[in-house]
Order: sequence, then C-alpha cells, then structure tokens
Amino acid sequence: MTSTVVREDRPAGRTAQVSAALWRRGWLRAVLTLSPPLAWFLVIYLASLAVMLVTAFWTVNPFTNALVHSWTLSNFQQIFTGTYLAVIARTVAMAALVTVTDAILALPFGYFMARVASTRTRQLLFTAVLLPLWASYLARVYAWIVILQKGGTLSWALAKIGIGGVNIGYTNVAMWLVFSYIWLPFMIVPVYGALERIPDSLLEASGDLGARNWRTLRSVLLPLALPGVVAGSIFTFSLTLGDFITPLLVGGANSNFIGNIIYSNLGTAGNLPFAAALALVPIVIMIVYLLGARALGAFESL
Amino acid sequence: MNTWARGGTLLAAASTALLIAACGSSGGGTSGGGGGTAGLAPPTANTPVPSSVGKGEGKLNLIAWEGYAQPQWVKPFEQATGCQVSAKYAGSSSEMVSLMAGGGGGQYDLVSASGDADLRLIYGGDVKPVNINLIRSWKDFHPFLQSPSFNTIAGKHYGVSYEFGPNVLLYSTKAFSAAPTSWSVLYDSKYSGQITVPNNPIQIADAALYLSKTQPSLGITDPYELTTAQFNATVSLLTQEKPLIKKYWDLASQEISLFQSGTTAVGAAWPYQTNTLQAAKAPVADTIPSEGATGWADTWMLAAKAPHPNCAYKWMQWATTPKVQAEQAVYFGETPANKLACPIMDQEQSGACAAYHADAPEAYFQTIKFWKTPLAQCGNGKNDCVPFQQWVSAWNQITG
Repeated sequence: MTSTVVREDRPAGRTAQVSAALWRRGWLRAVLTLSPPLAWFLVIYLASLAVMLVTAFWTVNPFTNALVHSWTLSNFQQIFTGTYLAVIARTVAMAALVTVTDAILALPFGYFMARVASTRTRQLLFTAVLLPLWASYLARVYAWIVILQKGGTLSWALAKIGIGGVNIGYTNVAMWLVFSYIWLPFMIVPVYGALERIPDSLLEASGDLGARNWRTLRSVLLPLALPGVVAGSIFTFSLTLGDFITPLLVGGANSNFIGNIIYSNLGTAGNLPFAAALALVPIVIMIVYLLGARALGAFESL
Repeated sequence: MNTWARGGTLLAAASTALLIAACGSSGGGTSGGGGGTAGLAPPTANTPVPSSVGKGEGKLNLIAWEGYAQPQWVKPFEQATGCQVSAKYAGSSSEMVSLMAGGGGGQYDLVSASGDADLRLIYGGDVKPVNINLIRSWKDFHPFLQSPSFNTIAGKHYGVSYEFGPNVLLYSTKAFSAAPTSWSVLYDSKYSGQITVPNNPIQIADAALYLSKTQPSLGITDPYELTTAQFNATVSLLTQEKPLIKKYWDLASQEISLFQSGTTAVGAAWPYQTNTLQAAKAPVADTIPSEGATGWADTWMLAAKAPHPNCAYKWMQWATTPKVQAEQAVYFGETPANKLACPIMDQEQSGACAAYHADAPEAYFQTIKFWKTPLAQCGNGKNDCVPFQQWVSAWNQITG
C-alpha cells in the first residue's frame, strides 16, 4: 500500500507524529499559527478599548481623583451639550476641509508623477514628498509657527512683493494650512498608486471613442482614481480628527479639538471617565467613515 | 518648564486648609459633589515619624515639575549621600495626584506638589507626616511657609515647603508707556486680539480676584471659594473676555514666542516668562496690579509608601539648604522658602533676590492668594461653593 511506503520514508518519532497530525488537520495548524498574534491583538488592543468603554460609564471622586465604580450615563449626556458638540463639529469640519484640500492638491501631483514624469523625475518627486516625513512632526509644526506668526516669514515675503502683511498666526486658517501640509504625503501616495494602475489602453480607448481630454478625465481617470483618493482620505481624515498638538501649538482662542478636551480632562482635571467617553466619539466617527470608504472600494488600493 | 501643569495644581492646597479649619467642627460626611474633608482626619495622620535619619538606601525616586531636578543640585546631592536620583516629570497637579495614588505605589518617595494638589494627596492617604525637626533649614523659612494650612494639618507636616511665586501681569513696554495698574487691561476691548492668558481652569480665580475688588457687591472674599452666584459672574466675565483673546497658552514657551513676535501685548504670566523674554531683549516687563495676584507654593511631600525614606529625608534637607534654594529659584524664576537664600541668589545672578522678592516684607506675601483646590465646603462652614470639577467644565465651556 502506498500510504505505508510514504510513512516509512518519513523520519520517525514524536516530531513526525505532531507534524503529521498538523498536516492532516489544517484548521489546527491555522489556529496554532494565528493564535499568538491574535491573542496579542485581543489582549492589547481590544481589551484596552473595552476597558476604556467601561471607564466611560464611571465617574471620579473630584477630590482624590479616585475612580468611582458606579454606573452612569452622565459623561455621555455631557458630551451632547452645546460646547462639546461645537468642538466635535469643528474637529470634523477641519478634518473634512483638510481632506478635500489634500485631495485637490494630490490629484494633479499624482497624475504628473504617475503618467507624465520621467522615471528620474518621478524618483525625485517621490523623495521630495516623503522627505518631510523624516523630520519630526513637532519641528515641522514649529517651522510653520515661525512662518505664520506676526512679522513671520509669510508676512515678510508678502510685504516684499507689496501685498502687505497678514496676521494669520494662531487662527483656524493657520491650523488648516499646517494640517494640509503635514498630511499631504499620506494623500499623494495612494492617489499616485491608483493613477499609476490605470492601463494606458483605457485612456486610448476613450480617445478613440471621441472623448476629449476633459471628458476622459471626468469619465475615466477620476472614477478610477477615486478609490485612491478615498484611501488617502482615511489617513488625512483620521489623522486630523485625532490630532491635538497642532491645535495646541498653532490654533488660536477658538481652536479646541476633541483631542484637546480629552487632554485637558486627563491632564488638568484628572477626569478619566469623561475623557474616555469623549474618546469614543472619534472612534464612532471613524467607523462610519470606514464603512463609507469600503463601499467606495477604498480598500482595494491599500 | 512645568508650565501648564502648575495652572491646575496650585489652587487645591490653599483652600483646603481653610476649609478644614472651618469644617472640622461641622462633622458629618460629605455626600458626592466636592468630595469632602469635613470632619475627616488624614488617613496617615498617626503614622509614626522617624526620630533620626538613617543610612541612605542608595536610591531616590521623585515626581517633580520639570526643572526641579536639575543636575547642578542633583549631582552634588548624589555624591554627598550616595542616593541615586530618578525624577519623573509630571505635567499637571492631577497627574501628580494620579501618580501618587496608593501612596506612591511603593515606587515614588517624594512629590513636588503644588498647593492645589496638597490636600488631595493628604486626604487621599497618599502622603504621610514628616518629622520637621529633622529638616534643619525649616526654622529659616519665611514664617508663612513654615506651617501653611495647605501642607500642615493639626500640627502635622505632610512635607516641607520648597519654592513659590506670583502670577504676574506681563505687558509689552511698546504698548504701555507705564505699567498697567489693574488687571482690567485683560478685559479691555482696546487690546482685542493682543491678549493671552493661561489655558487653565484656575484662571477663573484670577478673574474672581479682579471682581472681588472691582465689584464688591458680589461679596467675593476668597477667589477659590465662590458661591454659585459669584462663580457665574466670574464665568460671565471670562466669557466676555474670550473674543479678545489671541490664544490661551498651554506652555510657557508659547507665551514667550507670542510676546517675542509682538503678537500679543498683554497677558497673564509667570516671572519665568518675563525673565526669559528680558534676557532675549524683548521689550516687556511685568507687574502685580493693585488688585493683587494669585500664586503657587510647592511642597516636597513624602509618599506614604516611600521605599527610600532615609534618602527622601536627606533630599528634603538638601533641597531646603540656602544654596539649592537659591539655585532653584534663579533657574526657574521663583522665590525660595528659605530666607537665607537671598545673598546666594545675588551671587548666582546679580539682583535676583530683589527681582524675585525673596527679601520682601511679610506683608508682600500676604497679597498673594496662593492656589488651593476649590471645594464645595466654603470657609464659612457652608456647603454652597463651586467645586473644582465644575471649574474645569466651566473652563472647557469658556474656551471650547
């Protein structure tokens, strides 16, 4: 019998038995391979989220900062008051604005890189896009403070060409500029990827069928680039949504983000439960956003 | 810089002491709200204190404000005592309270807590009494810092005072030919878009202090003990102020760059910012207006479960010596508790003693309303004051 022959060829002993058992039971092999990373994921990531979720239903003793383990919805009720809704609206609006800005900048840039530039130029542009990521986030934000503040580089340059000084340091406009700059590479890379993947033949076919450039752009290029834009928007949107350093450093008196309120509740007030409740807001927003992005096919470009 | 941390911290300590004195006789538990001290004794009040300092354990773990464990005084301490110092910097009073939970967790020995955290630590059982007779320099302290109500309860010292300072009015000498005499400039639409104040709920006390002088009908006697009506009036003043604010600063460095670039002309600050800006030749000066000022006072407090108590005592002895007191004061821009530090400050930096008011008469220090935790129990024995947590949410509403 052939099976006997095969068995005799194999090394004998316990190792062989185990490996044979694993070979026969594919599911067991999968469980054993996946369980360490899966356990890690469950314990470190999901468990910490679960702890946070539970904490959101507690309160603190305002005097000693000790957690009071009595269940309450008051933290969530507090979120739905005017101030915090305004902060959430500001954060989401800024994230959306930054995403749109970066998409508008990234599309022509990505198109040039993917379809026009020579290999050498493309490499140079790639380096130029990714180079800022090597510098510290803080260094780049501080550089923008110097550029935008009163009497800063921008004012100076505009005055030189006769436009007159601007004073947009410490405003939401400054935040918009800095966010758009900081997250731009995260939009360009997926947009470039999507545009590069479009076969030349589709563009040629569009031309052969009588479409002018504009029509080809609108009906062929943009729809095919959309998954890349949506993938990039996940980065720009979520990174802006969760940021609190840029509002703290660049923002003005009306620039608090969700993250800043969380930070002040953790740091100054020591109110962990309310911070936890507030931290669930961006998570919920991102879940909704990701479901929408999946519907648009964003994850095919990742 | 321990910048933004301070804002929150200082308030707690000062108010508590008064409360306790007032409430001690009223007895009874406090229900919810402010979390109470009434009728309570600190959990560690009866912990025995050592009668002498033994041999060092070789290690010392501190929780400190950034700038409070600088090599210039830590290194000589390590050489002299053999206690190797590890410092963990905390960003706020609440972070200090959290880190000290469980008596320092058997990990930390000392915390440089500000007045607004002290009573929370004491009544949380996180710190324990210190034998003040073992701290030789204590007798040389300014009298008001020897047994202040924010770190001394019923004659028991839960730590040793360290350094203090006022919150000042910083202004551009270009915008002001003479020093402003009132905090009203912070609420004046004339300076719209040129004002900056700390992003800190304790800032409410600064506004309350201003109102206590300008609107006596409100009857504010202590800026940390506000009834709902007084609190609402203060919040409404700050809400009106908001459109005038260029930025609520979180870090001292932010205020420095705001004044350096000329973006702001006036703001609430610490002497540290003034010193840094003047050293950089920026046209600024500071003043304490006629309404007086709030301020902070820090204490080295001993963790209830300090694993290295002998090294901790050696540190408290070391940190209160005139030389270290002077070095710390000049480095950070604050005032030492030890009166003998004055001449050494002048050696460190010419004129430093007078600049930081280390030689000022006792009356000067009485004009500073030191930070303390606002509690529901007022100094008048009533329970109708607004507690700190409401200060925080009101501040978030104002600045949000």
